[in-house]
Amino acid sequence: MKYTKDHEWLRVEGDVVVVGITEHAATALGDVVFIELPEVETVVAEGDEVCVIESVKAASDILAPLDGEITEVNTKLVDNPALVNEDPTGAAWFFKIRIDDLSVLDAMMDEDEYNDLIG
Amino acid sequence: MGAALAEELFRLGLHDLHVSLGGKMVPFAGYEMAVQYPAGVMKEHLHTRAAAGLFDVSHMGQVILRPKTSYEALALAFEALMPVDVLGVTQGRQRYGLFTNETGGILDDLMFANRGDHIFVVVNAACKTADIAHMQRYLFEDAEVIPVLDRGLLALQGPQAEAALARLIPGVAAMRFMDVAVLPWQGADLWISRSGYTGEDGFEISIPNAHLHSFAQVLLDQPEVMPIGLGARDSLRLEAGLCLYGHDIDTTTSPVEAGLTWAIQKARRAGGARAGDFPGEARILQELAEGPERKRVGLRPEGRAPMREHTELFTPNATPLGQVTSGGFGPSVNAPIAMGYVAAAFASPGTALEGEVRGKRLPVTVATMPFHPTTYKR
Repeated sequence: MKYTKDHEWLRVEGDVVVVGITEHAATALGDVVFIELPEVETVVAEGDEVCVIESVKAASDILAPLDGEITEVNTKLVDNPALVNEDPTGAAWFFKIRIDDLSVLDAMMDEDEYNDLIG
Repeated sequence: MGAALAEELFRLGLHDLHVSLGGKMVPFAGYEMAVQYPAGVMKEHLHTRAAAGLFDVSHMGQVILRPKTSYEALALAFEALMPVDVLGVTQGRQRYGLFTNETGGILDDLMFANRGDHIFVVVNAACKTADIAHMQRYLFEDAEVIPVLDRGLLALQGPQAEAALARLIPGVAAMRFMDVAVLPWQGADLWISRSGYTGEDGFEISIPNAHLHSFAQVLLDQPEVMPIGLGARDSLRLEAGLCLYGHDIDTTTSPVEAGLTWAIQKARRAGGARAGDFPGEARILQELAEGPERKRVGLRPEGRAPMREHTELFTPNATPLGQVTSGGFGPSVNAPIAMGYVAAAFASPGTALEGEVRGKRLPVTVATMPFHPTTYKR
């Protein structure tokens, strides 16, 4: 698993990258009540706002961690946003993105580095 | 954020207790307050509706108005600051009040109680310094205005609040909504009212600082009781349709626009025994007679996306109508809810409007409030 400074996790699954938010992020957000997902086949650039996540406290965005194309979204989250709090790193993945070169993940934080970040 | 953190924040008497309970402390009205505990806003909210929640509201201003000549003279002087019948509040009863300004806006909303030989007032934390100055300026001939600085304030709210509190103080069971009483606990006089700001039955309890921690701890030891932070306090009051000062009401909104006409008793209205003679009388009496130009309404967004404060509201043909003043997710309603101001012609429940969320106009319907039924013990 790889991590971004925006508290997303990335997991390679075949030729796509599965993206979700970390447990640390889910806890900080609090109870999630609404999620808006991108359209499948959307081409995104790193840093684009691709998802909206609203908790009882506030609205936040999830940014595209890399350039690529959205290949699949987790529609279960739309019906059951609380899944983000229950299983942030498992069942509550947000989207899958196809990128040109999986090796860019090598430069990203691993678990130890991410844990240092959130200290 | 750096600037906000650099501001000097006051710590309240129960600060260490909140921290030990895992409270997430945030700045609020100049104080460090618990916004939530580990259970989180949703569980805290639902627990308050199902059992009992303990809120530390010690940041609020407690003030005693002690008459210089007679209680009646004080009550009449206090009436000169509010479109509210103060004189008609009998001993042992509390009432909701509003300080108005010369243009009919609201300076603060408050609770006041007739405690026989004096009036006890509770005002909002963010307004308390201004409120005390306001009262000292206008009441000095008739009252000593005495800020109560040696007591904390707790609220115990929810359907099991009575059971939990009556175990410690049996006398509370006989109280009904908006009654006040002074009842002893371990040698301390507790000033108790049967009221709150969640839409639930419950109590607000003023306690000497020396007993504050032990009393809070004993309440938390009751099986029904869980600590509740500001986050759930906000969602509970929003579901109950109650105004938050500085958001839903302020110096520009009149009590009539805000739908608080129930707080303006007959005695102070046109034709009443003590009609008018309060700040903003011209606008407020005119709006009572003719209706206001805009009204505070409940709003139910379609779908799941919350419409938060400052969301712009439009008619379906894109005419701007006003803004959301409070909005979020209602855990007991299990849907987004909001309140805001719209032109009076669009204020009837059922009116279809639109709210702009992230650049998109989404459907929202004017709804009656409260969003969740209140359960006061009248």
